[in-house]
Amino acid sequence: MLHIVNKSPFEKDAFTSCMGHASSSSTVLLIEDGVFAALKGSAVADQLSKAKVVALQSDVAARGIEANLAEGIELVDYAGFVDLVTENRTVQSWV
Amino acid sequence: MSEIKKFLYVNRKAPYGTVYALESLEVVLIGAAFDQDVRLIFMDDGVFQIKKGQNAEASGMKNFSPTYNALGDYDVNQIYVEKESLEARGLTLDDLMDLTYEDEDDDWAEKKSIRLLSADEIRDLMEESDVVLSF
Amino acid sequence: MPSMDVNGSAVDVDEEGYLSDINDWNKDIAVALAETEEVELTESHWEVIDFLREYYDEYQIAPAVRVLTKAIGKKLGKDKGNSKYLYELFPYGPAKQACKIGGLPKPTGCI
Repeated sequence: MLHIVNKSPFEKDAFTSCMGHASSSSTVLLIEDGVFAALKGSAVADQLSKAKVVALQSDVAARGIEANLAEGIELVDYAGFVDLVTENRTVQSWV
Repeated sequence: MSEIKKFLYVNRKAPYGTVYALESLEVVLIGAAFDQDVRLIFMDDGVFQIKKGQNAEASGMKNFSPTYNALGDYDVNQIYVEKESLEARGLTLDDLMDLTYEDEDDDWAEKKSIRLLSADEIRDLMEESDVVLSF
Repeated sequence: MPSMDVNGSAVDVDEEGYLSDINDWNKDIAVALAETEEVELTESHWEVIDFLREYYDEYQIAPAVRVLTKAIGKKLGKDKGNSKYLYELFPYGPAKQACKIGGLPKPTGCI
């Protein structure tokens, strides 16, 4: 299953709630301000290990945080975004 | 006849502050016409949507909480509330509305629609659903 | 805003002829609304309209026709809780027409 988070974890609880309910086999895609959840050494960084976490490259680049990402965060482009959506039977957007 | 899919509506926002709760309720009611397997989850601030004793009169907004009582009429009777979310807010099941339905297969006996689930059980519910709609 | 004339006074309605303010409703307005729908109100019609208004009062929504049919059957008897009976009373859709005459908004899920 694919989970999508688009809100900063420092402003909303969507990311924390998502990681608390994502199975270890699921993928969590961070987009828009959700990409801030992928920062290395942040207050929520210890939650990143609970599932596979990927971030949308263009949103990461726009915010200038590419060099600040935690280890193991995979980046995808829009085509990769589409692949994730089609590969997974269910998608949940944590609005 | 198309196959029956498991629809899961995830409600995570408090009512009144944003329009998510009301929108979700309307989508559930409209979707109920399509004969699918419908489940509702109330978690995080979403548990406030079905808090007892709402009175929006002085706020000038419409109190739509009575409409949750109609869900049983719409055959929406699988309603799950996350235990951890209630506890984090100092609430118990007694603070929530008594949502019920009449069981057609049991001589229309009135039964409770709400069940408490742990975060782990909610995760499983999400995983086994065909369509997840999050509000 | 469109309006309709009821015994010399104007009542606000929306583009589809539903009352703008549910609190404006009274039986004279119901008769006038029924005329626009070409429905002549009988006791049987009132039974359904009164039921709908009570349902709205309790749940704050007008029920979908499937829900209405089931609920009418339970309250008024099986001979009335079927779509044939309700469509005979309100040929253009029981939920839609009866709601309009009863001064209620269009039922949720009624497209």
